[in-house]
Amino acid sequence: MFFKRQLPKKEVVMKELLELYLAFFRIGCVNFGGGYAMLPLLEKDLVNERGWTTMDDLMDYFAIGQCTPGIIALNVSTFIGYKRKGVVGAFASTLGFLTGPIAIILVIAAFLTNFAELEVVQHAFAGIRVCVCVLILQAILKLWKKSVVDVVTLILYLIIFFLAAAGSLILPFKLPAAVLVIAAGVFGILFGGAGKASDKNENGKGAGKR
Amino acid sequence: MIFLRLFFEFFKTGLFSVGGGLATLPFLYEMSNKTGWFSHADIADMIAISESTPGAIGINMSTYAGYTTSGVLGGICATIGLAMPSLLIILIIARFLDHFSDNRHVQNAFYGLRPASIAMISAALVNVIKVALLNPSAFADSGKLLDLLRPVPIVMAAVLFFAMKKIKLHPIVFLGVSAVIGILLKL
Repeated sequence: MFFKRQLPKKEVVMKELLELYLAFFRIGCVNFGGGYAMLPLLEKDLVNERGWTTMDDLMDYFAIGQCTPGIIALNVSTFIGYKRKGVVGAFASTLGFLTGPIAIILVIAAFLTNFAELEVVQHAFAGIRVCVCVLILQAILKLWKKSVVDVVTLILYLIIFFLAAAGSLILPFKLPAAVLVIAAGVFGILFGGAGKASDKNENGKGAGKR
Repeated sequence: MIFLRLFFEFFKTGLFSVGGGLATLPFLYEMSNKTGWFSHADIADMIAISESTPGAIGINMSTYAGYTTSGVLGGICATIGLAMPSLLIILIIARFLDHFSDNRHVQNAFYGLRPASIAMISAALVNVIKVALLNPSAFADSGKLLDLLRPVPIVMAAVLFFAMKKIKLHPIVFLGVSAVIGILLKL
């Protein structure tokens, strides 16, 4: 212990912050197709490879990110950064996530005014969108068992899915997503079930919630 | 001071747009009318660009508006302005959760929030599928169910699905390969 050379604490902290920044920079650069398309990337990079967070926590972050102001992907970045390294970490991950998109748009704004009309770009993104479908589907399959734990949650899922995907067909106005998510949270508080859910968590897998 | 104005205008947008990138759109139209920093046509272009770049529409629009009004620094100021409210709010919530995550009511809330979260993800999937795998306008024209399906992307999606199960590669690899396939097949 006494003779082991250790990095000075400040350097260690800087190194970890840089790691956070770079991890989110990488995700920000390839996060095509909206906030939810980020889930498979987060799973691979942060859950499986680095162990910085768990799928359970990610799901909570997405739920909260959906009903708080701002872009979901940013909210999730902030959450993970905070959990890892506190307030400074939250800034590191959020700025890391922003860096790629800022740089890309600056380049496009400066040089490529007709970027989106280029035929190559359109074909490439038609291909990417197919891949995004599959990635999101796999994320859903993975999260299903942990979130839809009984009949009540299944019904809740079906109602919210229907309202979010096709609500505009039966309602004269579009229900904001935030309203649906908050309603589900209130429903959870009123009609409980935490006992059941946490029992399942403890039996089902070793890593329970925090 | 243009940098401060950019910061605060986009700060307001970030504060009031709840639920994803497209929620910023009404605020962007309003800002366009008020400030003239960008036109409605610019917003339409930016939607197209946002579909073809990684960033969300709000982030992209703030960078673009900041850049066109006052250069690179303006782009950075506007974007940080947009991100700041959600960063602060999430910090507050994260601190709260640190202290109350074992609370029964918080646990109960998540019992309801988790299926909601996955329902929203499923709804997002439906939207991507509509654009990527289906052809709703051809279906509306002819009324034939077969016209709704676009065979090549659907086969490609099925192949990708099983490829991802068999070969454990980083999602970025699959995204890159899909882009190349898209160019080669002129999807």
